[in-house]
Amino acid sequence: MKREKMEVDLMIEKSVEYRRNIIKYIFNAKAGHTGGSLSVVDILNVLYNRIMNVSPENFDSNERDRFVQSKGHCVEALYVVLADQGFFPEEDLLTLCKFNSPYIGHPTKYIPGIEQNTGGLGHGLSICCGNAIAAKKDNSPAKVYTVLGDGEMAEGSNWEAFMLAAHYKLDNLCAILDYNKLQISGSNAEVMALEPLDKKLEAFGWAVKHVDGNDINALTETLESLPFEDGKPSFVIAHTTKGKGVSYMENNLKWHHGVPSEEQYKIAMDELNLAEIA
Amino acid sequence: MAEIMANEKVKLAVAKANLETFSETVQALAAQDRDVLVVTSDSRGSGKLVPFGQKFPEQIVEIGIAEQNLVGVAAGLASMGKKTFAVSPACFLTARSLEQIKNDVCYSDNAVNLVGISAGVSYGALGTTHHSLHDFAVLRAINNVTIIVPADNFETEEAIKAAAAMDSPVYLRFGKKNMPASICSPDDLTRNNFTVGKGRTVRDGEDLTFLATGEAVWPAYEAAEKLAIEQNIQAKVVSLHTIKPLDSELIKEIASNGSPIITVEEHSVYGGLGEAVASLLMQGGYHNKFKIVGLPDDHTVSGSQNEIFDYYGISEKGLAQTALDILN
Ligand SMILES: Cc1ncc(C[n+]2csc(CCOP(=O)(O)OP(=O)(O)O)c2C)c(N)n1
Ligand SMILES: [Mg+2]
Repeated sequence: MKREKMEVDLMIEKSVEYRRNIIKYIFNAKAGHTGGSLSVVDILNVLYNRIMNVSPENFDSNERDRFVQSKGHCVEALYVVLADQGFFPEEDLLTLCKFNSPYIGHPTKYIPGIEQNTGGLGHGLSICCGNAIAAKKDNSPAKVYTVLGDGEMAEGSNWEAFMLAAHYKLDNLCAILDYNKLQISGSNAEVMALEPLDKKLEAFGWAVKHVDGNDINALTETLESLPFEDGKPSFVIAHTTKGKGVSYMENNLKWHHGVPSEEQYKIAMDELNLAEIA
Repeated sequence: MAEIMANEKVKLAVAKANLETFSETVQALAAQDRDVLVVTSDSRGSGKLVPFGQKFPEQIVEIGIAEQNLVGVAAGLASMGKKTFAVSPACFLTARSLEQIKNDVCYSDNAVNLVGISAGVSYGALGTTHHSLHDFAVLRAINNVTIIVPADNFETEEAIKAAAAMDSPVYLRFGKKNMPASICSPDDLTRNNFTVGKGRTVRDGEDLTFLATGEAVWPAYEAAEKLAIEQNIQAKVVSLHTIKPLDSELIKEIASNGSPIITVEEHSVYGGLGEAVASLLMQGGYHNKFKIVGLPDDHTVSGSQNEIFDYYGISEKGLAQTALDILN
């Protein structure tokens, strides 16, 4: 059962709704990885509403596409998108991070729609390589997607997986980098330099494209052109803004994790409204 | 190491996180000795080491989010004579980098101070990926590492200084919750002595003993006070800050009066302090009533550190009840 593709205009509206919900549930939980959830949410939006063949209806099928959020700390964005897909009632998110709630601060399989338990950085890509090899063995149409953080790229396990994915010609695998240029202690450039990233990945045997990762149109176009090259895994360098959509959070290190005050909450909600975006 | 006498400022009130004490102590050490280095894995914020980085930019080595590399590089620094503190959340430091710890630090005898921060269930609702309930177990089984888990600010400061002076590998482990400056009655400051490998008795009592470690010592102390007030039961409370080597002399001395022993730790009940004590007692021929309190072998309930402690009875109320149960 193939999912219907959502139109770009509607996805643009969804992005506003998702951002509002991210802020709302983090505010309620009094905890959350705010900046990275706001930077990654457009990528999840396009993956779930347009690209991937996965839904509550086909989640039992081994042929469904797989998504593993390697940067697991930004689970709030994933929860909000999965709720909108109908995997679970959105009100469940009012229990986020509360005692005995399954909605904890990282993805777990207890939540419908989540494939793997992540949170320790540098695990998702290896699991996806395993998924992609298995899909090839089964001649399955399943495609495999992961989202990585730029700080996360320093984990050596990622580079082991980069080698392997090219070795096994995993063109059913796509890794997307949420390239917001910031981690916890500073910018990537200050903490651990990543550039020239496209050259490194090409040298590792990946087909690489750059995209504006907060532009729904551009993301749609790029992700619809997968695989970028037959016989190679695809890497999307998605240039994003940490804290995207809330002026005082944008590019601000301290919003890596953070909960808005009452006043900040109002400002965020005022800024995140449909009229503003249109 | 010399016994440190207390200063008068010591109060029982909850003061600050052991993590804060760590940061202050390592800054004081760095100011005196430029061979003191701190190594971080995008963890200087969580390690309260931002001021360290500002004051001693030449004495901090940033590795990025790469814990295996963190420990390997730290081993290399230590082998060149640097007094190295490798600082990362305990969950990642003792799982992801375990082979580097085993081979490059312990087996190769490079005197790294491995500092596991936000340990146990300090990260609460961030879940199992961020909890370290396995670290005593894995490190106890590796030769050539001293394991120190300070309970309060006093023990933390002394432990950091002691580790810096040692020329063998050390694992230090603490959380981020506020702890008392010193867990013992303010008119009883003679208890403020710290020696690596020696338990610290923070409260006397003959009816039973809590052998606790790290942030579990405080609820054990509170439970002992509650038992004294409400039941006229006197419990001894010992901070076994050094998990390895264990203070076998003290534990045997305590066991020899025959009263019940309850161990308390923020760790799996498998492979931690409790089983270390049990092994010692069994092999020593002691048959005291005995109970291990810790995190059961189960999916840890979700919630804050306090909520998790309450749920599993690592609390004033839970431990007082465990004491009553074992006495009856
Ligand atoms: C193995 C591991 N080490 C450290 C952490 C702690 N941690 C959580 S998020 C984070 C920073 C991640 O930065 P980045 O990948 O750039 O994510 P984003 O900017 O998208 O939030 C760190 C160090 C972790 N979760 N896992
Ligand atoms: Mg980033």
